[in-house]
Amino acid sequence: MAEAAVAGNGAEAKMRVWRGDASGGEFRDYTVPLQEGMVVLDVIHAIQAMHAGDLAVRWNCKAGKCGSCSAEVNGKPRLMCMTRMNTFEPGETITVAPIKTFPLIRDLVTDVSYNYEKAKTIPPFKPKPKEADGTRRMYQEDIDRVQEFHKCIECYLCQDVCHVIRDHDDNKPSFAGPRFFVRVASLEMHPLDTDDRLEFLRNEAGLGFCNITKCCTEVCPEHIKITDNSIIPMKERVVTRFYDPIARLLGALGGKKS
Amino acid sequence: MAGESYETHDYDVVVVGAGGAGLRAGIEAHDKGCKTAIICKSLLGKAHTVMAEGGIAAAMGNVWPEDNWKVHFRDTMRGGKLLNNWRMAQIHAQQAPDRVLELEEWGALFDRTDEGLILQRDFGGHRYARLAHVGDRTGLEMIRTLQQRAVALGIDVFMECNIQHLLMNDGRVTGAIGYWRESGELIVFNCKAVVLATGGSGKCWQVTSNSWEYSGDGMGMAMEVGADLIDMEKVQFHPTGMVWPPSVRGILVTEGVRGDGGTLLNSEGERFMFNYISDFFKAETADNETEADAWYQDKKNNRRTPDLLPRDEVARAINAEVKAGRGTEHGGVYLDIANRRDAEYIMRRLPSMYHQFKELADVDITKEAMEVGPTCHYIMGGVRVDADTSATTVEGLYAAGEVAGGLHGANRLGGNSLSDLLVFGRIAGGSAADYALGAAAAAAPDAAEVDRLTTLMLEPFTDRGEENPYAIHMDLQRTMHNLVGIIRTESEMLKAMEEIAVYKERAARVKVEGGRRFNPGWHLALDLRCLLGVAEAATLSALECKESRGGHTRDDYPDPDSKYGSVNVVTRKQNGTISVSLEPLPEMPEELRKIVEEQV
Ligand SMILES: Cc1cc2nc3c(=O)[nH]c(=O)nc-3n(C[C@H](O)[C@H](O)[C@H](O)COP(=O)(O)OP(=O)(O)OC[C@H]3O[C@@H](n4cnc5c(N)ncnc54)[C@H](O)[C@@H]3O)c2cc1C
Ligand code: SF4
Ligand code: SF4
Ligand code: FES
Repeated sequence: MAEAAVAGNGAEAKMRVWRGDASGGEFRDYTVPLQEGMVVLDVIHAIQAMHAGDLAVRWNCKAGKCGSCSAEVNGKPRLMCMTRMNTFEPGETITVAPIKTFPLIRDLVTDVSYNYEKAKTIPPFKPKPKEADGTRRMYQEDIDRVQEFHKCIECYLCQDVCHVIRDHDDNKPSFAGPRFFVRVASLEMHPLDTDDRLEFLRNEAGLGFCNITKCCTEVCPEHIKITDNSIIPMKERVVTRFYDPIARLLGALGGKKS
Repeated sequence: MAGESYETHDYDVVVVGAGGAGLRAGIEAHDKGCKTAIICKSLLGKAHTVMAEGGIAAAMGNVWPEDNWKVHFRDTMRGGKLLNNWRMAQIHAQQAPDRVLELEEWGALFDRTDEGLILQRDFGGHRYARLAHVGDRTGLEMIRTLQQRAVALGIDVFMECNIQHLLMNDGRVTGAIGYWRESGELIVFNCKAVVLATGGSGKCWQVTSNSWEYSGDGMGMAMEVGADLIDMEKVQFHPTGMVWPPSVRGILVTEGVRGDGGTLLNSEGERFMFNYISDFFKAETADNETEADAWYQDKKNNRRTPDLLPRDEVARAINAEVKAGRGTEHGGVYLDIANRRDAEYIMRRLPSMYHQFKELADVDITKEAMEVGPTCHYIMGGVRVDADTSATTVEGLYAAGEVAGGLHGANRLGGNSLSDLLVFGRIAGGSAADYALGAAAAAAPDAAEVDRLTTLMLEPFTDRGEENPYAIHMDLQRTMHNLVGIIRTESEMLKAMEEIAVYKERAARVKVEGGRRFNPGWHLALDLRCLLGVAEAATLSALECKESRGGHTRDDYPDPDSKYGSVNVVTRKQNGTISVSLEPLPEMPEELRKIVEEQV
């Protein structure tokens, strides 16, 4: 029927995919032909085309650039479009489940509106006036760190693994999560920005909940050093501001990153 | 199924699309005081714009002070083989620098020059290094900046909401109807003006850099309410898509690789582009390797490398090399930067290309050449708009971005899309707002019409047959790839028309499994309508256009023909059938003609 059915070499992918919605569901097994170079997302698409037209999944770029296709593959938070099938043992059954931290909509699709609501709470960019000649001069070395933060593709894998909200739904109202610590850090370290978000970080964003387990950094597909480069410097700034004596000590030990 | 329930929302301006064009339009309409909604069918921030790599073209003159809007205008017109709407090309070149600087005001951080200004890079068809960029993830920077701006302004965004039809009243567009992907529930917008910013239709083709979103919805919906489309046969096949392994075929390899020094080689190791310099570009293109290589550093005394000829020229050259048996094992050619730039430079300038090849193809681009070949990338044609207002030919309907036609003529230069989105997104949003502020309130939608459309949307759930929507889509993509691809001929396109007719019949017999809640099979079944409509319009235009120029190459008419050199190919749907006509382009003023014709 569908073109994906034409196999390369007779090899097959054995998949166990979560099917269901908030009211319940189960893992179902599917087998589709495997072609050279396939990623998990290709296999999911082949299942859609051949066995389950209604299998719900999000994707856009198929190249790790849009952050749509997050899921838990064999229990690990991954981008499905960047997870090659040849990284698994031949014949191994691969389990694909929706990310756990957010409410399930259907199959592999979850309700990530938590993140969009958090984004709305962040005090926006507030630039200083232009230079006398009407330009904005910034030097590459002054923006390297913020550019690292701007690489974020909003896949929310870091949010998914953060134990503060993964295991405690009740923390969600008072915790913004690593993605938004990165975002606030990108504003705080922006050479042109004049706003101050430390009070926000300490209160609404719940930075204090983070106990620097670094799980977020480990899963970031953009290799942003979430904890070392954004969370720790922000914690230091909060400490300096609000708990001064200890701060001096920390400042002396760690220093500012940017 | 009449009487199906739906929710209703009232706005002044509804923007369909949240890529660069839609977000910029929404911001402008909001700033003009309109109650504005932005609608998108993926999550916010996931539109195609996020994938753009190379940069935004704007003659800021930060790297080459010689650059100015006139040179950019000239490059755009020549790259488009003079089929561009001259006034759009002029507005675009004049306003692009301000639009880029505005992004900086909103927090964007472009790569910098040593003087601390925005750095600009070389790209095909641009005389000077002109593309403002952030490594090879410029689109991400742009969409995040706009998205965060829209959020900060408090503009209402409807995510994962798929608009299916425009609503008309008294010959004027007064709303839109669609469904929520999550729930499958139906939704109606009443408004005074609609801006279409839905992007392109590359998903009609098999090998493509485009995502599922590019089903031509905006073009299809506009055509259905009687708006003109132009130049639908002008399709950009980007010369460098990935070719191996099969699962990544079509994924884009940015032109930035060549802009930063990469070069194309055939299987014999020859830099074949020197053999494909057309007369039109002879005067400004290097004819030997020494000059081509020196050009990267010294543009005054050397001419541009033919590796960076406009995309249509390079795509056809690659096609010809492969046909002549000088292709790679997997039917592409080599793109080598490993032997031309050091690893540190490559990693800094092209980090996501490094990542993409490493992870998806096991190729280390700092050590080996990439295999590349043409991939369907961009539609130059689209909804016909007025240059100064972005108004379509239907009252109350505006269009900007890839969905609109005219700016790029027969071929788009790299980097000219992101600037297009900003310049014309702003203009479309502003004109729609001006219109809305002056227009009478929209009459409530006609209940019978809404009933008809809701029935149409839910039809795939009724028992009509056994056709698989995925299979129909793949068959259409194969047809367009094989019969209306890079090189076209009449007999093949007539065959394509027959096949499209069969797919339309099959689409009427589609069977959808499951229910209305987040059901991609149903979504695709509905997408088929615009996919097939746009494929038909493109094929009919391609049949009518009996010449070769830019993104339209005919085997049976291999040369340009002056008959087609100053017209748009217009497609228009009347009483259910699509008609095609040739209509003259607006006449270019003398002083601009001089700029275009000036030899350098
Ligand atoms: C891989 C890649 C790299 C590129 N690199 C560059 C580059 O370096 N420079 C450059 O200038 N150009 C580049 N381009 C081209 C450029 O990115 C696109 O042409 C441009 O982003 C299109 O923007 P847009 O705003 O018109 O549409 P998009 O960004 O595609 O946005 C379309 C929006 O419309 C919405 N939509 C569509 N249909 C519906 C519907 N029915 N209902 C509701 N919403 C709908 C979508 O959800 C989306 O939000 C690249 C393209 C690709 C694919
Ligand atoms: S380091 Fe902090 S933010 Fe990151 S996962 Fe651990 S607790 Fe969460
Ligand atoms: S910081 Fe990294 S893991 Fe978190 S959302 Fe952004 S890209 Fe994803
Ligand atoms: S589809 Fe875009 S990141 Fe996977």
